[in-house]
Amino acid sequence: MRSIDVLHQAARAVASQPLRALLILLAMSIGVTSVSVLTALGESACRYIVHEFEALGTHLLIVLPGRTETTGGQPPLFGETPRDLTLDDAAALLKSRFIEAVAPINIGSAPVSTGGLERKTNIIGSTAALQQVRHLSIAQGRFLPRMEADQSAPVCVIGQTIREELFGRRQALGKWLRINDRRFRVIGILASEGQSIGVDFDELVIVPVASAQALFDTSSLFRILLQAKSKRAMYAAVDDIRSIIRSRHEGEDDVTIITQDSVVSTFDNILTALTLTVASIAGISLAVAGVLVMNVMLVSVAQRSSEIGLLKALGATRVQLCWLFLTEAALLSVAGALTGLLLGQAAIGVLQLLYPGFPLALPDWALFAALAVATGTGLLFGVIPALIAAGKDPIQALARH
Amino acid sequence: MIQLENIHRYFQVGEQTVHALNGIDLKIDAGEYVSVMGPSGSGKSTLLNIIALLDRPSSGRYLLNCRDVTELDDNTLANIRRDNIGFVFQFFHLIPRLTAAENIEMPMILAGIDPRERRHRVSQALAAVGLSDRAKHRPDQLSGGQRQRVAIARATIMRPGVLLADEPTGNLDRASGISIMQLLEELNRRNMTLIVITHDRELGSRASRSLQMLDGEIVL
Ligand SMILES: Nc1ncnc2c1ncn2[C@@H]1O[C@H](COP(=O)(O)OP(=O)(O)O)[C@@H](O)[C@H]1O
Ligand SMILES: [Mg+2]
Repeated sequence: MRSIDVLHQAARAVASQPLRALLILLAMSIGVTSVSVLTALGESACRYIVHEFEALGTHLLIVLPGRTETTGGQPPLFGETPRDLTLDDAAALLKSRFIEAVAPINIGSAPVSTGGLERKTNIIGSTAALQQVRHLSIAQGRFLPRMEADQSAPVCVIGQTIREELFGRRQALGKWLRINDRRFRVIGILASEGQSIGVDFDELVIVPVASAQALFDTSSLFRILLQAKSKRAMYAAVDDIRSIIRSRHEGEDDVTIITQDSVVSTFDNILTALTLTVASIAGISLAVAGVLVMNVMLVSVAQRSSEIGLLKALGATRVQLCWLFLTEAALLSVAGALTGLLLGQAAIGVLQLLYPGFPLALPDWALFAALAVATGTGLLFGVIPALIAAGKDPIQALARH
Repeated sequence: MIQLENIHRYFQVGEQTVHALNGIDLKIDAGEYVSVMGPSGSGKSTLLNIIALLDRPSSGRYLLNCRDVTELDDNTLANIRRDNIGFVFQFFHLIPRLTAAENIEMPMILAGIDPRERRHRVSQALAAVGLSDRAKHRPDQLSGGQRQRVAIARATIMRPGVLLADEPTGNLDRASGISIMQLLEELNRRNMTLIVITHDRELGSRASRSLQMLDGEIVL
């Protein structure tokens, strides 16, 4: 029997039972639609977040005081508190030839007021290097001036939300703000960052790090942000940071160093796992569709008993009958899968219209995977009915009509 | 051509064993016209199914064209059946979704014959059974007699040496029945071995040889 004839006969049989075809088409397409939409959502969320992290900075390293267990080191012994990071530590790190820029960070919360309006917000103390390390853009004025890190200055840079809430339509640049009981002149306004992971820069007031230390009465740092010279230099930079800190902290490198790479890849891994999980759950609907294919094919085999008996009497072999019924199941599943992909793309298109800011796309691998899984399921569940058809006794099959 | 030696066929129905065939010895030469008669349940259909290779004897030997076919596997039997045996049923057994022409074409599709050759042979066969103008009709658009003609065209499309018919007129009125018998006899005159089961004495007596069955045995 020629393959083209098998295909043709199977197609005729499918077409002769439109309700059955529709049912399987529906089940398969729902399965494939949900798999493709959920995969697209997961995949896009993944890309979105990775992109956000990459926007934080380039070759970014973060040094935190104290060692966390995640670095694999021993937890600090009883009574041994990690040494604080200081401005001198930060200055020392700049000596490494793998490090481009160092921005010490101090953070605290304080009421900010001007002209009778007051608002509690986060204050960051840092240096001019923060702009470079953290890729900040300025809408108006300028960022913190370049000066010695241990020098304080009564200047600040504010985020867009703070500007709006404290100044409204009035000019903010050059005006004075009161933080706690100190006065700072606004010298710059940050461009709106939109939603960004980590800190919301729109709600920040940035002051020189020494001023922040004075404000919060501390000599330690919250963390140090560093920019390595290149991606390749990142690992050498990590080694340098450790040895510099060790030499300054009496032989202990009691800091945690986070590289942007590791954060991105961790998130990437977590989100990929999440996507796969969600897609697999959606895949269950494909399995359900597969069971339905089997059920419908079984009914069909029972109904077409006399046709099967006849084909056997005409000289059809088991293999031929098996192929005929398998091809029917395959045709139905492929048609369902294709319909599902179309519906899925339509659904993704609609979501894209509703949320234009969130780029959605079904990755190619998922497209092919959904098609392959749907067809595979159809075939897999088509095997049993096909075998039943092939194994029928022609005389008994013909007797019932 | 067809040689049956001490063929038995038992059916196990629960505790009981039904002896459908009880030591059949039969030799039918190529080109013969044989009718098989006997009361209902006497084993006629079982005999024909075994000759058609649709069923296997419980014991005994069956030689078709001098070849022992008793122990052959299913695939080989299917191929022998396709190429050597035509079968006509009481209930026609046409595939309802296919047209007359497509029903006739089916054995050639199973045999993997070239489509051009198939079309040519189908139109010849339709002409031979007088249904050239019904090629595109589906079975439900044909009368009983016409359906049986389509079934005969299908049974003979592979030009088998043997044509078997199990009560081919059982579902037809007398006139159509006679014309179907004439069609079968015409095929027999062109050297096709013809074995027909019938209830009708008159139709049965048209055969050159008549077998009478009773309780799984050939009594005459
Ligand atoms: N598949 C079967 N299972 C059990 N008994 C059967 C089967 N086929 C036929 N028989 C029995 O075998 C006997 C002969 O049947 P059959 O050949 O159909 O008779 P006929 O065609 O002469 O009416 C009957 O008694 C019938 O009940
Ligand atoms: Mg019978």
